[in-house]
Amino acid sequence: MSILINKNTIAICQGFTGSQATLHCSQSIEYGTKIVGGVTPGKAGQIHLDRPVFENVSEAIESTGADTSIIFVPAPYCKDSINDALDSGLKLVIVITEGIPTLDMLYLKAKADEMGVKIIGPNCPGVITPGEAKLGIMPVEIHKKGKVGIVSRSGTLTYEAVDQTTEIGLGQSSCVGIGGDPIPGSSFIDILKMFEEDSQTEGIVMVGEIGGTAEEEAAEYIQEKINKPVVSYIAGVSAPPGKRMGHAGAIISGGKGTAIDKFKALELAGVRIVKSPAEIGKAIFEELNS
Amino acid sequence: MNLHEYQAKSLFKSYSLPISKSELIFSIDDIEKATTNLKAKEYVVKVQVHAGGRGKAGGVLLTKSPEEIREFCKKWLGKNLVTYQTDAKGQPVSCILLEECTDIEKELYLGLVIDRATRSIALIASPEGGVDIEKVVTNSPEKIFKVFLNSSNQIKEEEVDSLSKGLNLNNSQKSDFSLMLKNLINLFTEKDFSLIEINPLVIDREGQLKCLDGKINVDSNALYRQDLIKEMRDESQEDILELEASKWGLNYVTLDGSVGCMVNGAGLAMGTMDIIKLAGGFPANFLDVGGAVNKESVTEAFKIIISDSKVKSILINVFGGIVRCDVVAEGIISAIKDVGIKIPVVVRLKGNNSEIAKSLLEKSKLNIFTELDLSKAAKKAVELSE
Repeated sequence: MSILINKNTIAICQGFTGSQATLHCSQSIEYGTKIVGGVTPGKAGQIHLDRPVFENVSEAIESTGADTSIIFVPAPYCKDSINDALDSGLKLVIVITEGIPTLDMLYLKAKADEMGVKIIGPNCPGVITPGEAKLGIMPVEIHKKGKVGIVSRSGTLTYEAVDQTTEIGLGQSSCVGIGGDPIPGSSFIDILKMFEEDSQTEGIVMVGEIGGTAEEEAAEYIQEKINKPVVSYIAGVSAPPGKRMGHAGAIISGGKGTAIDKFKALELAGVRIVKSPAEIGKAIFEELNS
Repeated sequence: MNLHEYQAKSLFKSYSLPISKSELIFSIDDIEKATTNLKAKEYVVKVQVHAGGRGKAGGVLLTKSPEEIREFCKKWLGKNLVTYQTDAKGQPVSCILLEECTDIEKELYLGLVIDRATRSIALIASPEGGVDIEKVVTNSPEKIFKVFLNSSNQIKEEEVDSLSKGLNLNNSQKSDFSLMLKNLINLFTEKDFSLIEINPLVIDREGQLKCLDGKINVDSNALYRQDLIKEMRDESQEDILELEASKWGLNYVTLDGSVGCMVNGAGLAMGTMDIIKLAGGFPANFLDVGGAVNKESVTEAFKIIISDSKVKSILINVFGGIVRCDVVAEGIISAIKDVGIKIPVVVRLKGNNSEIAKSLLEKSKLNIFTELDLSKAAKKAVELSE
């Protein structure tokens, strides 16, 4: 088992013929992921990476039976692409694109919820189930099939957590980047719920950061509903208020969204917190072997 | 991106929201025309900077005398205003807003913000205006009234009713307020804002509602489709280094410490700052060089980091994923040579080809320390900064 994607996932890529999509889809295909085609409006009928290019998602689904999409379309056109994905009956839409306007995501998130479609991202590294499928931009070498589920708002911090859990011998069930934007398609809670239900996952690493209250909400959920051990690190204890720290969602505003508050909420919920990003692997190892 | 009060008010005006009669003063020569045009009994004179706390810092004047207005403008134009929200240098004043003074009966608060928890636009109103709203939230939460818009971003009659009731508005004020809310929502959504704050929204002696201040934050991600708003950007209000960095696609934020950092990825960049602090030091900056770590981006990042004279050592932390570590190492070596970095540099390259990268850096004979372990790397950088 795993969550979100596995070796049976049939995926297409929107924005397929672009340079980033080409680079990352080649690696996904090489990893064994079933990427069966792509969508680039205006380029239908072409063959790219030995796979067909379609005008829109409906046509792609009709020909390939895809159930999942990974999107690399540039931000100004991304709303249309996500809309296309939602309207066509896919079950899962993974959005790598950074810089989508917040109001677009408000609209798309509400629509996806109504239609029962899962969006992962935007502004995220994607999803990987080691040994089975990769739909994202993460480096594959650091991953190892195993028992830790990782969920994170940051890309490179996810890689840190992956690397440490691999080195210590635990490996990962699935790794999900929910993205650094203020309105993510999926929240920590959505992913925690899946990890709790997944038999392969024995422990969970949750990497948060300053801004918003998603970690506080997750803390409450963990206390009530999660029985597996959870280790959490929150980035940005040293971040000043009022400054956007790279990610659109990483900002302390009106005194809300500090790392200290988040650590406190998680600790109260019984989560094992680590103050250093270098101690994630060790902490989850201890939790699973205690 | 932030807007000035006068820019916010010009947008309020174009969305039929009530504001005071006003004039703008960019130079001493503008004063006479401004006062003649307004012909007010009494004036409010406000310096225009991107920071709150202007009143307490002496940046707001209430006067009947054109002579005092002249003195005030002479004092502030071209100078910096330091408030509790600015750094020690303050924000430069290049514009002053002159307004007809309003006889205030009551000060209220009205705000629109994207609420992340409910994933909707929240309208927040309070009868306790004119003060720091965070204090009202903490001290008298019963005086905060909120409405969360549905996904079509339209406000319902009963929601207008509940806010009006919270603000103790009479019937005629309520109908003005209702229209005002609709206009504000349109302004917010049509211009891609992330915050509008009217503090205070006042009821004047005639019983009319009026927006006496205006604070607006714009969603930077949406600027590509907001030409009018994009033109309102005032780069003089931004940190020079942060501005320079953004031109190179680098995310940079100035901090107070002495360990400069260069990292790929925003989360890891924050994590690196945290670990420097845990090692007993203080980060001098947040710097995310982004996914494409190459010679050009590393060179520019170095230039920006060392232009802060407080920096005594530099910690580079790159997780080589798609980019190979040996390529990053080569970029670092040639950038250090090009820029002429004199201070010690600690490099932690992890991931793809990190061993090759380590030996390249060691062979370079430059003032570089390599370390694979993040905690040890941070410790080393902190030691070298002392």
